[in-house]
Parts: sequence; C-alpha cells; structure tokens
Amino acid sequence: MDGEFLKLTLYLLCSTVCCVIGLTVVLAAIGKSLGIRKLYTSVLLSIFEFGKSKIERYEKQRYQREPKDSESHDDSDRSDKETTENGGDPLIQRDIAIDAYQGIRIPSNRADYDLTNLKKEFHMSDIMYFAKCGVETIIEDEVTKCFTAEELRTWNFLTRTTHGHQYVSVRLTVLWCLGCLLRYLLLPFRLVLLSIGLSWLLISTAVIGLLPDISLRRQLNRYASLICHRILCRACSAVVTYHGRENMVKNGICVANHTSPLDVIILSCDNCYSLVGQRHGGFLGLVMKLLARTADHIYFERSEVKDRFIVAKRLKEHVEDKNKLPILIFPEGTCINNTSVMMFKKGSFEVSDDIYPVAIKYDKRFGDAFWNSSKMGMVQHIFDLLTSWALVAEVWYLPPMHRNENESAVDFANRVKKEIARQGGLVDLSWDGQLKRMKVKDSWKTKTQDDFSKILKVD
Amino acid sequence: MGSRASIQLQEAELNEIQSETGFSHNQIVRLYSRFTSLDKGAIGCLSREDFLRIPELAINPLGDRIVHAFFTESNNETVNFRQFMRVLARFRPTKSNQNKNKLNTREEKLKFAFRMYDLDGDDKISKDELLSVLHMMVGANISEEQLGSIADRTISEADTDGDNQISFEEFVQAMERVDVEQKMSIRFLH
Repeated sequence: MDGEFLKLTLYLLCSTVCCVIGLTVVLAAIGKSLGIRKLYTSVLLSIFEFGKSKIERYEKQRYQREPKDSESHDDSDRSDKETTENGGDPLIQRDIAIDAYQGIRIPSNRADYDLTNLKKEFHMSDIMYFAKCGVETIIEDEVTKCFTAEELRTWNFLTRTTHGHQYVSVRLTVLWCLGCLLRYLLLPFRLVLLSIGLSWLLISTAVIGLLPDISLRRQLNRYASLICHRILCRACSAVVTYHGRENMVKNGICVANHTSPLDVIILSCDNCYSLVGQRHGGFLGLVMKLLARTADHIYFERSEVKDRFIVAKRLKEHVEDKNKLPILIFPEGTCINNTSVMMFKKGSFEVSDDIYPVAIKYDKRFGDAFWNSSKMGMVQHIFDLLTSWALVAEVWYLPPMHRNENESAVDFANRVKKEIARQGGLVDLSWDGQLKRMKVKDSWKTKTQDDFSKILKVD
Repeated sequence: MGSRASIQLQEAELNEIQSETGFSHNQIVRLYSRFTSLDKGAIGCLSREDFLRIPELAINPLGDRIVHAFFTESNNETVNFRQFMRVLARFRPTKSNQNKNKLNTREEKLKFAFRMYDLDGDDKISKDELLSVLHMMVGANISEEQLGSIADRTISEADTDGDNQISFEEFVQAMERVDVEQKMSIRFLH
C-alpha cells in the first residue's frame, strides 16, 4: 500500500515538474510571460526592506557608544544623503585627483585649492599636493573598485555579499535559512532549463547551419536564437525591462556597457545580433563556436596587432551589407562591475558614423551579474547566478547618435559613453578598462606633469 | 566584504589602533576592508606592487616616494595593517582631536613632507635631491638650467646655517606661513 502511495506521489511530482518546465519552454518560444517572475521579485524586495530596517537598528545600538568626531559633524548631514553614483558610500572627500587624460582635478571644488589660474614661484610645500593626492588615492580610488563586485547597501540575504548579518536577529536567521532553501530548491529547475537551452542551441545551430545562405535561413536563425536566449534567461529567473524599443537597431553598430557575458543573452532576447569579441577558451569558447555556425560573428585575439586591421576591415564590410545582422560591440573591452563606464575603444567608432547606444543596468540586490574573471571561472560564476534570487536588469535603447563633422573618433566615443553613463546612472570614467590586467603606461604621467609645470612661474 | 573584514580584525587590535592613531571604530573597519582589497595575495601585508597597482598612484609623479614612506615606517619589505594605519594617521585633520594624538600633529605632517624630498634619508635635503624631486614633478616641461635656478633659489632662501642643504628645522621654518593643516589633512566623511 505504502509502495503504491509513494509511486503515485513521485509520479505526480514528476509530471508537475515536467509541466512547469514545458510551460516555461513554450512561453519562451512565443515570447510571452505570465508575470510570475515579476511577482516574485516584488515579494523579495519587501523582504529585503524588512531585513534592512532590522540591521540598521542593530548597528545603531552597537555603535551608540562611539563619540562622534567633531570633523564628521560638519559633514554628517551631507553624508546621510551622499550617494555617489557608484552606489558605495565614500569614506573620504577627495580634494585632489589626477588622471591620465585630464591631469590635475579638484573634485571638491574647494576655493582654497584653486590651481587653475595660479602662476606662482615654486615653494617646497608644492609637494604636498602630490602627497595628499597619493594618500587619498591609497584610501579610495575610482578605478580599483570597478573591478570587484559592488558592495550592497542593504543586505540581500546572501552570505556571499555580506557575512555575519544572519546572526543579527532570530527572524533574520529564519528568513535567511528559508531563503537558502528556496534558492537551492530552484537550482535543479534552473539547471534543467539551462541544459534545455543549450541543447536547443546545439541542435538548432547544427540544423540551420546545413542550409545555404538564403533569407529562409536568416529567418529561422532569428527565431531559433530568440527562443534559445529566452530559455536561458528564464533559467536565471531574469526580469528584464526594455525601454525605448523604437530606437532598436536594425542595421549598423550597437554599443553597450559591459558587465558580463549575460549582457549578450539579455540583449539577444529582444533582437538578433552579430557579435564581435575576444576569443575565449573553455565553456564560453564552446558556446561562442556554436553560435558562430549560423551567424557571422567576428572573433579575434586582442594581442594580435594584425587582427585589429582584419577586424576593422571585416566590420566595415559587415556594416555596409544591408542583409547582415546588426553588430553588437562592447567598446570597453572587458567586464566592469556595472557601477561605472570606462574608456570606450575608438575602433568601432572609426568604422561607422552612426552608432546605436544601449545602456544596461543590473539591480544587484537580486544577484550580481558581474563576472570577475580573475577571481572565478565561468562554471563557478554560472553556479552563483543559478543560486541567486533572480537577475533583474534594465535596458535602455538610446536614440542613434551620429558623428559630427570634424569630430574625431575618440571624441565621438566619449560623447556616446557620456550618454550611456547618464542614462544608466553610471559614473563616467576616462580610465582604460584594460587596467584590470595591465600596468599603467609611464606616458600617462605627462599630463599631470604638464599641468603642474603650467602653474610654476619660471624665469 | 565590509562586514567580513570586521570579523577578521580582532576587537583588541582594533582598540589598540584606535588609541594609537585616533581613528574611529568605523573608520578602522573601512580602512581594513580597503587594506584587504589591496592585499591581492591575501598574505596579511602589502608589497610595493600592491600599492602601485592603484592606477592613480602609479601615475602620480611622486608615487614612488609616497610608497616609500610606508616602507620607511615598516622598515621591511612589506607593510602590515598597523604600519599602514600609522602612516595614514598623519593625514588626519589636527582639529578633530579630542585627546591630543601624537601622530597627526603639524610636526608629523611636516616630517612626512620632508621625507618626500630626503631621498637618502640623511635628514638633509641636498641640491641634487631637490632637483630630482623637481624633475619628477615637472617632467620634461622645464629645462635643466631653469630647474637648477629654482633649486638654488629655494635652498638659499631656506638655508640659514650656510651648509647649502636644508635640514628639518630649516624646512619647518620655511613652512611657517603655509597652512599645513589644509594641505596635509584628508577629510573623512564618517
């Protein structure tokens, strides 16, 4: 009797699971949604707010005996509302900053630091500008924090973001345990969806790859790609809001800020692109190879100087062919943590005078999409993603921008970058994203030296 | 990452650093978090490379001199957190002292600036040392003769005992009218 009962429950369980997965796949195919994920994320948000108020109360009690520094009193009002666009809350007020392209800057605009119209004799105290700048930068600098995951201001019940908060109160501990349970229960579903998505990719690219290059093939490829990416999105419980879809690119070059390979997936849920990117090894490299079977993706090796000319040539040819798919490029050249936008490489801006900018902003409370390639491999990253709450992102399709007459590619790139940063609420930095892996160039010191020399009165 | 750091830093050590440097509890926790993020090898101390990995420091014309200040404090190949905090303490504003703290006095700040010039650490700034530092600050923009005359003028104005070098006392005298507090203090927001 018991055996029968067990078999029945197992059978029911399996069939509900299959139904749910089947429903998800079908919905992905037709591009509709039941709104369950949106509901789920709004419930989560209210739980996070509850957690935040609990922790704030706890911290207040803990630090109540701390006498406030008279210095911090002056700025205490500002510090409550002070949020840099970076989301983090700064420890110091930067008075003097230097930059490879802009030289010496005074971010705080202090009147007593006005170096702009100064022309004075050298004094031994001049060294203090550089000393203070250097020590300020050791305490806090805008570049190194771009390459690590952003710190969250409210706890999102994941111990990977902040440790120790689960011991604050019993209610929080219970919620955290429930949260863990929920996330790890969802994991097998998500894995199944992920494997369905990948096998669809494998099969569809194999089949469509057999067809000759006719318009039917392009149509089929478009549908297959949309379905595949939608399934993959559902595997991470992605809730993506697209704004400005009337500006979506049909032909030409599309640029976006880069946080993770997921950027490609969420953009591909809406439109079909040709990708340009660095050749990768491992799992990601495999996926890239599969994608390349049916669409003209351009892959290159960054270290190969010759490759750059070939890529530029291929890009130009691709853009001029109206039958080809629009190209998606990430001009930063590397993954940044979605708090800032770093220097855009001028390559893509030299090829075409019309650019379609896209801004992508992730809501990190639900899960961090940023892939820190030096810290973890792809598999670990995928595992983290599949055990996060969800992937909430906003995508803005900005109106196309055209290069002005006499505007250089570099200036055009900076103009586009500024627009993307403004729309996404990101900090606009002129530093090179390659600093993640490379050292600074000695020639970058010269702008600062030039600026300082201009201040000195020399006979 | 912030809270994880506070667990690794023992309460006792935190209190010691607080009494030694005058930083608040919260500031020490935040700075410890920064220290660990710079410590790429996770060995509990920083090497020269760890400092120079900060791009804005690497392009600072006096970047090497500033890093050197930390290593003079530690007298070693690496800098641990206590030594790191002691150097940073010199940049705390003097006005924010409830108890007189001996690390961020005007004299300590001037000592830091003096050591930027004193390349060989003999407590005197020679003309060559001054020229070297001037060179670092202006690059190729000013000619050798002009730099030389700037150095000569600076030394003759400051040198009171006639040895053609600037001692620490002469340096302090030359900084008499300089608002050291404003130029060598960092504004902490918390």
